[in-house]
Amino acid sequence: MPRIDSAAELEELRKGILSKRDPNKPYIAICAGMGCHGLSNDRIITAFEEEVKKQDLKKKVDIRATGCHGFCEKGPIVVIYPEQICYVEVMPGDVPEIVSQTVLGKKVIDRLIYTDPNTGEKAAHQSEIPFYKNQMQHLINNNTKIDPKSIDDYLAIGGYSALSKALLEMSPEQVLEEIKKSNLRGRGGGGFPAGKKWETARNAPGEEKYVIVNSHEGELGAFMDRAIFMGNPHSVLEGLIIGAYAIGSHQGFIYTRHDTPQLKNNIDIALAKAEEYGLLGENILGSGFNFNVEVHFDIGIFVSGESSALMKSIEGKNPEPRAKYIRTSVRGIWEKPSNLNNVETWANVPLIINKGSEWYASIGTERSKGTKLISLSGNIVNTGVAEVPFGTTIREIIYDIGGGIPNGKKLKAVHFGGPMGGSIPESYLDTPLDFDELAELGAPIGAGSMLVLDEDTNMVDVIRFFLDFLSNESCGKCVPCREGIRQMLKIVTNISEGNGREGDIQLLEEISEVAAAASLCALGKTASDPLLSTLRYFRDEYEANIK
Amino acid sequence: MENKKIDRIINKYQGKPNSLIQVLLEIQSENHWLPKEALDRVSKKLNVPLSQIMQIATFHNTFSLIPKGRHEVHVCTGSSCHVRGSTRLLDAVQELIGIRPGETDSDSKFSLDTSNCLGCCNLGPEIIVDGKHHGKVTPAKAEDVLKNYE
Ligand SMILES: Cc1cc2nc3c(=O)[nH]c(=O)nc-3n(C[C@H](O)[C@H](O)[C@H](O)COP(=O)(O)O)c2cc1C
Ligand code: FES
Repeated sequence: MPRIDSAAELEELRKGILSKRDPNKPYIAICAGMGCHGLSNDRIITAFEEEVKKQDLKKKVDIRATGCHGFCEKGPIVVIYPEQICYVEVMPGDVPEIVSQTVLGKKVIDRLIYTDPNTGEKAAHQSEIPFYKNQMQHLINNNTKIDPKSIDDYLAIGGYSALSKALLEMSPEQVLEEIKKSNLRGRGGGGFPAGKKWETARNAPGEEKYVIVNSHEGELGAFMDRAIFMGNPHSVLEGLIIGAYAIGSHQGFIYTRHDTPQLKNNIDIALAKAEEYGLLGENILGSGFNFNVEVHFDIGIFVSGESSALMKSIEGKNPEPRAKYIRTSVRGIWEKPSNLNNVETWANVPLIINKGSEWYASIGTERSKGTKLISLSGNIVNTGVAEVPFGTTIREIIYDIGGGIPNGKKLKAVHFGGPMGGSIPESYLDTPLDFDELAELGAPIGAGSMLVLDEDTNMVDVIRFFLDFLSNESCGKCVPCREGIRQMLKIVTNISEGNGREGDIQLLEEISEVAAAASLCALGKTASDPLLSTLRYFRDEYEANIK
Repeated sequence: MENKKIDRIINKYQGKPNSLIQVLLEIQSENHWLPKEALDRVSKKLNVPLSQIMQIATFHNTFSLIPKGRHEVHVCTGSSCHVRGSTRLLDAVQELIGIRPGETDSDSKFSLDTSNCLGCCNLGPEIIVDGKHHGKVTPAKAEDVLKNYE
């Protein structure tokens, strides 16, 4: 493949790819995401490949092993295009029938389509299934359309047109302005305005600057970053290159999970392909802009997702945070300005450049713009990844998309943001998804994991669980965090075992105040947030266990 | 672990000192634990003090400084698996193979560890053996999963 050296060449290449593709040619999109992987989807993929070979259909049918479709609960998922017939819980034995009946015969196999457990209604097409129907997808919808290992698939859906527009038609200042106007806020937990951070890094003194993708995804119950990065790696990469251009950086880093070889593999292939096509390296698209990317891995510990710890880790040192009197966007990796954003934040960038900040800012609430990927887990019928506009109520997410609570149980609480988040009780379910509104309720959305808890849940036990997790995952460098968490864990454990003592709650509140004020990084500062939110809404559960 | 293998891993990163974590991860993944001799060699080749290597190698249970069993069993103890009963599942697994998290049994068949959320919450509670996920495992079903490993 010769490298692409101009916008015209990119468009020509795209046309070439599209001209060879017949939109009416059937293709089979088999989910190869993490959730379906755990359900042995590799056997389904092999079965389809063998069946297509056996029936000599290679020219008539395409097979794509794609990223996560979102509906992990019902995996392995197979979607037959162009009709978009969606089959759930597919077994290898179903494959020959799917090929002859549906792909060739255009008939729907009743047994394999989705049945709503509440109404008994069946839905053959993806667009009719409540889980999908009630979402607004601008990011994850592309997962079913592309093989993450194929850059041509990404180009076929318009990929890298935002990069071409940014590099060749816009100045770095204009790109920055567009991101600022879109009001894109960081998806990794803090909700910090991305444009503002980019501007700080851009204006920070120094020639050498870095841009980084945070793909550590350590928040428990969060799996949307993996869904996007594994399923559509070029979209994240495209966002990163655009950001680098706006900031004036020529070196990027991807910091990702060491324990997910499939993700690693897809990232490696995407980088190699982008380089081959001239979308990375020297003189990208003939613009004169140079940019390279290096991949680094976490060592599993939760704190390595924190910005300064992550940057230490990229330097090859232990992932221990430092105090941030000076921001990492001013002084990060090797003391150079380093702009860190989350996977989902970067994935939004091409969308904003392509469709404009005005379009983007028209979605969502006043201060939270665009869509958000949510990972649903816990006591919920549909575990999976959903994409909704900010402003969607929590009730809609849990009942209309998530299908409610299994086994006829009632909902007790929804926990957001993992070990540094908080819970809200049932009575707050009509709250809209919004960075600030939920933070005010003591349940900041974090990276977007929603742990649904049914009426049988003991809230004190949930908090004991999170504190236990944090006591193992704190780096141990600063005393307020290390000792504070340990002491809170001890007291909460006593309470959860029915051995609470008079004054325990006050003591917990005091320790959490000190840890919040004096810890080095946000892990210690927010470690008691889950505890405080439950003391706010479920105090009686603590009091009931105090003698 | 042979020196040749270690050198091959180090050479991949062209001896860059900031590739230390990658090198350790690859040795861990290939060899399942980090022998002292291997760490000495990494220290010499990458020109990084052994103290810095030990700091990383002992930081989290991703790395092991002792040999592992033939099969690495992980019980997910993430939040979703927790509310779906992973504590009882972990108890059952401990009972079955007679070791606690962080330990290896006496005939080096199984090593047991807990794992943080791997993003397969649709499967919870789950056991992961040598990287293979076994989903929706009730305590009673744990034996069915483990008996397939020799
Ligand atoms: C203990 C701790 C763990 C974190 N883990 C992650 C993570 O896994 N992924 C992530 O994107 N951000 C994580 N963050 C937030 C990052 O420090 C940082 O704010 C974020 O990556 C910035 O990107 P954004 O502005 O696009 O959200 C973590 C923060 C803390 C304190
Ligand atoms: S992993 Fe297949 S739908 Fe999520």
